[in-house]
Amino acid sequence: MRKYIINFIFLLSIVAIIVSCQNQETIDLQNYMSNGKDIYKAKCQNCHGENGEGLGQLAPPLTDSVFLKTNKNRLACIIKNGANESLIIHGKEYKEKMPAFPELADIDVAQVMVYVTNSFGNKQGFVPYTEVSTQLQNCK
Amino acid sequence: MNKIISSIAICLLSITILSSCQQEKKLPFYGERHAETVKDAAGVEKIDTVYQTIPNWSFLNQDSVVTTNKATDGKVYVADFFFTSCTTICPTMHRNLMTVYKEFKTNPDIMFVSHTIDFKYDRPYVLKKYAQKLGVDGPKWQFLYGSKDSVYTLAEKNYLVAVGEDSTAKDGYIHQGYLVLIDKDRRIRGAYDGTKEDQVEQLKKDIPVLLAEYKK
Ligand code: HEC
Repeated sequence: MRKYIINFIFLLSIVAIIVSCQNQETIDLQNYMSNGKDIYKAKCQNCHGENGEGLGQLAPPLTDSVFLKTNKNRLACIIKNGANESLIIHGKEYKEKMPAFPELADIDVAQVMVYVTNSFGNKQGFVPYTEVSTQLQNCK
Repeated sequence: MNKIISSIAICLLSITILSSCQQEKKLPFYGERHAETVKDAAGVEKIDTVYQTIPNWSFLNQDSVVTTNKATDGKVYVADFFFTSCTTICPTMHRNLMTVYKEFKTNPDIMFVSHTIDFKYDRPYVLKKYAQKLGVDGPKWQFLYGSKDSVYTLAEKNYLVAVGEDSTAKDGYIHQGYLVLIDKDRRIRGAYDGTKEDQVEQLKKDIPVLLAEYKK
């Protein structure tokens, strides 16, 4: 019995060490991911789908990692201000209107953007909201 | 030996009970109803319940063709109210309705009817573009355009779905996202929230139940 307890405490302390070793960025990423997911469900999922699959030709998928990478500096602007131009996603042309979301604060935009760019097969990593704020100030 | 016989008997019994339950399963009727004296085939008068029905209608469809209730007469159909520039509940409604459409695509007894409530912008050619982009072609799913009065009255009085213009709403209109199930006699037999996946699943289960009523 004693042995079990000792083993258990040992395990626990290892877990504790690992958790505390995680750097601040990983913790931030997790926070952004979980808040971003809530925003995505409430505001984006209707058009872009639960798994980022899009909706026919009405709304493009969010699974084109190449598009999301090459356009990574304007994603925040698209999310906040919407879009109404011709976009090529997965080799197909989309030109419907995406609405603006003026109600999203910079931090919300950052969180939902980090969620999108790290879900559905995308893996861009963390972007702090200060950087997103700067992007948003320079939207065209 | 006895044990085997009795367990078989119990099995048989429960199967009969279950299957008889299924036969009796009937969808409810919605809307107003009143009692009326009608004559049956033999000319005998009796009291019957008369349910609310969808009146005659006539609109332009996505091919700019005048389309009337004749298109849906004698069919089970699902009706809803939407507009193409709606950025909130409509994409979800039609994403879900699309799964119903696909499931019953080959069944000629089923139709789909979507009425736009945006009488200003959603002309037939706009509806056509929308239908194509959603992935719908052919006459099984009709997208209908009509005057504000005719569509709004039909929605509120007949399909029991609230619709309206609202300048404070994000896209200028408010409406409920119901998918309304109509039987072959134009009566309302179900209303399912098209934004909720579980209710749409229920609709998929209820359509065969409704069709079965006509198979006797
Ligand atoms: C009403 C439907 C709708 C909603 C809601 C919506 N979008 Fe979009 N989104 C679109 C359309 C349509 C486009 C393509 C716009 C164009 O062609 O200019 C698009 C494009 C995009 C793009 C760039 C193209 C791509 O596929 O990668 C991103 C990223 C994006 N949306 C993210 C979001 C996020 C995040 C939200 C939620 C805050 C959101 N969208 C909400 C319809 C929508």
